[in-house]
Formats: sequence, structure tokens, C-alpha cells
Amino acid sequence: MDGPQDSSEARRAPSAATSDDPCADLSRRGFIQGGAAALVAAGATPLPGAVGPASDVMREATQVAQGVPTTLLRFTLNGVPQNLTVEDRWTLAELLRDRLEGVSGTKVGCERGECGACTVLVDGAPVYSCSTLAVWMEGRSVLTVEGLAPRGELSPLQRAFIEHNAPQCGYCTSGQLMSATALLERNPSPTADDVRRALVGNLCRCANYNAIVEAVLAAAGTAATGGAE
Amino acid sequence: MKAFKNWNARSIAMAVDLARQARADGQSVSFAGGGTDLLQLVKDHIPNRPGQGEPDVLVSLKGIDGPSRIEMTTGGGVTIGALATLTAVSESLVVRDRFNAIAEAAAVVATPQIRNVGTVGGNLAQRPWCWYFRNGFPCYKAGGDRCFSAGGENQLHAIFGGGPSYIVHPSDLAPALVAFGATFRIAGSGGERTVSAPDFFVPPRTDAQHENVLADDEVLVGVDVPAPAAGTRSTYHKIMDREAWTHALSSAAVVMQMDGDVCRRASIVLGGVAPIPWRVPEAEALLAGQRVTPELARRVGEVAVTGARPLAKNAYKVPLTRGVVERTVLALASRA
Repeated sequence: MDGPQDSSEARRAPSAATSDDPCADLSRRGFIQGGAAALVAAGATPLPGAVGPASDVMREATQVAQGVPTTLLRFTLNGVPQNLTVEDRWTLAELLRDRLEGVSGTKVGCERGECGACTVLVDGAPVYSCSTLAVWMEGRSVLTVEGLAPRGELSPLQRAFIEHNAPQCGYCTSGQLMSATALLERNPSPTADDVRRALVGNLCRCANYNAIVEAVLAAAGTAATGGAE
Repeated sequence: MKAFKNWNARSIAMAVDLARQARADGQSVSFAGGGTDLLQLVKDHIPNRPGQGEPDVLVSLKGIDGPSRIEMTTGGGVTIGALATLTAVSESLVVRDRFNAIAEAAAVVATPQIRNVGTVGGNLAQRPWCWYFRNGFPCYKAGGDRCFSAGGENQLHAIFGGGPSYIVHPSDLAPALVAFGATFRIAGSGGERTVSAPDFFVPPRTDAQHENVLADDEVLVGVDVPAPAAGTRSTYHKIMDREAWTHALSSAAVVMQMDGDVCRRASIVLGGVAPIPWRVPEAEALLAGQRVTPELARRVGEVAVTGARPLAKNAYKVPLTRGVVERTVLALASRA
């Protein structure tokens, strides 16, 4: 199905979707959830804790499995206080991506604290959300990539990422953005080496590191003084 | 992950008590500091304590305030709480000013994301990163009765002090703390006790399964580093197979008490080459009372590796370690 004969399809830009395209209004995540809803409608048993199709309901519904230890968790997510019952075993990445709605910009790559795709800021510091438990966030403030553009307006760093083609496949981008955001908060005029050091825990499998460093320097307004070699 | 119960402890006494109660109920318990390594072990079904199953209960120490502090003592030493993050240690002005090797060691652990969460206690008590242990082989470290690296893939393993297990101790802080003569404070159901840094780490000949003296019910609560003598300077040099984000192939913590260009006393402790932080007293003795010339540094490097016994695939660590010691000693002595 994904063979070479489909390459023209694969190359079609996302903007090519026209208004008569039935998929035009569907996000990939919405599509996947729609599929899950169809399974439920067809009589399949939903997994315990699986989210339903209606997004307004899902925001509240962090359903937990039966007989599994849970804890009431209070923390701040992108500036909004949260009060949720979570399973003790959930990682923060799991809570964000699989149990809450609208914060799936955080990605999970390796699921073992090595790649950095899951990086979020906890009280301003970059942290691997796959390697910390949700229950350990009690009283803490968590910022995800969604929090960088609270009203849909991209931050200067995000705009610089676009202008400098910093994302290739884009999977590591949200993690890179979070580490770079923390760096610029701490050091508004970093050198290229400062940027490299700050982003050392964020791997880019496309190896687009030069463009990422350029973008961060551009966002800091220091691009003229230190290009990425 | 396994459906464990997490307790957020509010004090060390509460943590020890929670662990004791859970154990009395027949449950397997793990203390969690930063938890980055612990969660990895749980996800991979690797025992955190040798011979124990996956934890039924985690006792999180994160919410405890006191043991995260770093404070200068009245005598000019420093006390570092075991829950201080590696970032806090690397940025502490007291540590950087007087105990530079400790700050440098903390700064080269893993990545910023790990250092922002990982603690001093966790760095010192982390399990080995031997690929056999981490991939579920029933080795000594998992409670078994073999070391698979001895006759296997031992590129990253010990050249000193190995047998019957050949792991290398993965901590960067450990060599620096041993070189500064630190002592460790440990809390458990029997109260608090203190051990010197070298006595905290256990060679495999004494106990092949554990890397340190912590009992199942014990937790590291703090590190006390005595005041350095006047003229003391120090550094930590770590060699990795890439520039960041991995463990030491070989490393050296060097502390020197200088009097002009003469070295009065030196401590040299190696990392990444032995199952415990590896002190090289004969090499240290060469430096006592001497002007540090390139020729002397070369001999110090040579003497540091005279006792090395490499395995089939890690002989490269011998010249590497010799070079690390030579260069680090010379650079530190020449530092203005």
C-alpha cells in the first residue's frame, strides 16, 4: 500500500486538500479517534481508560482502570490549574498524550529518557515527560508546546523555526522548542555553542541540527554574530 | 507499566516508615529520588534491588525539602543533600568555588533534562549500565550467579577490580566525592548512619550483587565534604565515545593541594574503569612534594594503570586512562 507507486500521493502537500476533500477538516488524531468510536459503535469492548470520541467530554475524563492505585493530582498545565484523578503508574507523557485532550503536541520517541521528543518544562526547567510520573507533578507547573502559543499565536522562537526550516519530519520539534525556550529564558543572547549545549538532550533523527541552532540564534536576535557551522 | 502505588513522602522519617509498613505487608518497595533511572528499570522489568521483583510501592522523596539543599558548613566544607539535583550541584557557587571537580562532574552527567530531575543520591546509587544487566540477563546484578560480560561483549567493562562481576561504576559524582574525602549519611529503619565515600561503594569480590552498602530499607540522605586545605584545586575529566549524553569510557577526578608550583598532596580517583570509584594511591604518592613537570605527569599516568587487567575487548581503556591521568594532572597543576 505504501509502495513506490504511491509516491505521488505521498508528495502531495497538506495544503492540496480542497474543500470537497472529505478529509479536509480532519486532524490525524481526530481521524484515529473517529476510528476508535466506530469500533465502539460496532460493539467492540473499549479498553479500560480509553477515551471516547467527544472531545469536550474527554477533557474531564481521565478514566482510570479498575483496581489500579490512583491519586488526586493538582498541578498547573499551561497556566491552567488541573484537578485530576490519575493512575499512579502514568508517566507525565502518558497523561498529556493519552488521557487529556488538546495537549498531544508532546511526542514520545524512545520512551526511555534518551531522545528528548517528550521534553516539557516543569517549573521552567526541561524535563523528559516519559521518565517522570504524573503523580510527581503535584503542585508543579508544567508547560507544553501548546503553552508556547496560548491563543494560537506562535512565539518568536516557533516563527524562527518555520523561517529557518528547523523541522524536517517535525517529530522532535516540540521537544527542541521546549529546551530552546528554557535556554532563551535563562540566557537571551546565547552563542551557537550555548545552544548546542542546551539542546544536547534532544535528538533529531533527520540530523537537521544546523538549522535548529540557526533558528534559536535567530529568535534570540544573535544570528548575525554566530552562524551554525 | 506495572500498577504500583506511589506515596509522596513529606519527610525522610515518613519515607522510611512508609517503606517499612509496605514491606511488612509483603510488598516490594523502591525509593524514588529523581526517578529517571528507576522508571526505566520498572518499564524494562529489571530488578531495582537484586533478587527482588518489580516494585509494588514507590516511595517518592521529591516532596521532601531539607535534603535538597546545598550549604556551606561553618568549617568551610559543604553539605549536599542527596535530593539536590545535578543541575543544582553544577550551578552551586559554593561547590564551583571550592569543590570544582564535583561541580564539573555534575555538569557532564547525561543531558540537561536528566540533570534537572536526577539527584545526587540517585546518581550515586544508580544501577550499572552494563548492557547485559539492562537487557534482562540473569546476571549477578539482577540477583543471578553469572557475569555475562566476562567472556562476552566487554568493550565498556572494568580494567581494574573486576571479578566476579565486571561492571563499571557509572557515577560521575562518585570519583569526585571520593577524591574530596566525602562522607555519606544514610537513613533507615534503624536510624541514621554515616560511612566514608570509599566505604559506601562495594567491590564485587565482597558482594557481586550490590554496588553499595545501602540495605533494602535504607536511603542516602546527604553528602558531607570536608573543607579543602589552602591551595587546593580540582577538576574532573570525562572521556566519552561522543561529546555528550553517555557514560565515561574513562574519567579522572583529581584534587591537588598546591604550594606555588609544588604539589603537596594529590588525590586521583578514576571513573568508568572499575566496579567502584578507583583510587590510584601509588600515582598520588609520586606527586607529593614535587614540581609537576610534563615528565612527572607522564610517569603518574603510567603508574596509574600498572595494575590494569583488561578483558578481551577493552584493552584500549589502558592507554586511554593513562592519557586521561597524565593530561588532567598536568592541566590542573598548570592552571593559573
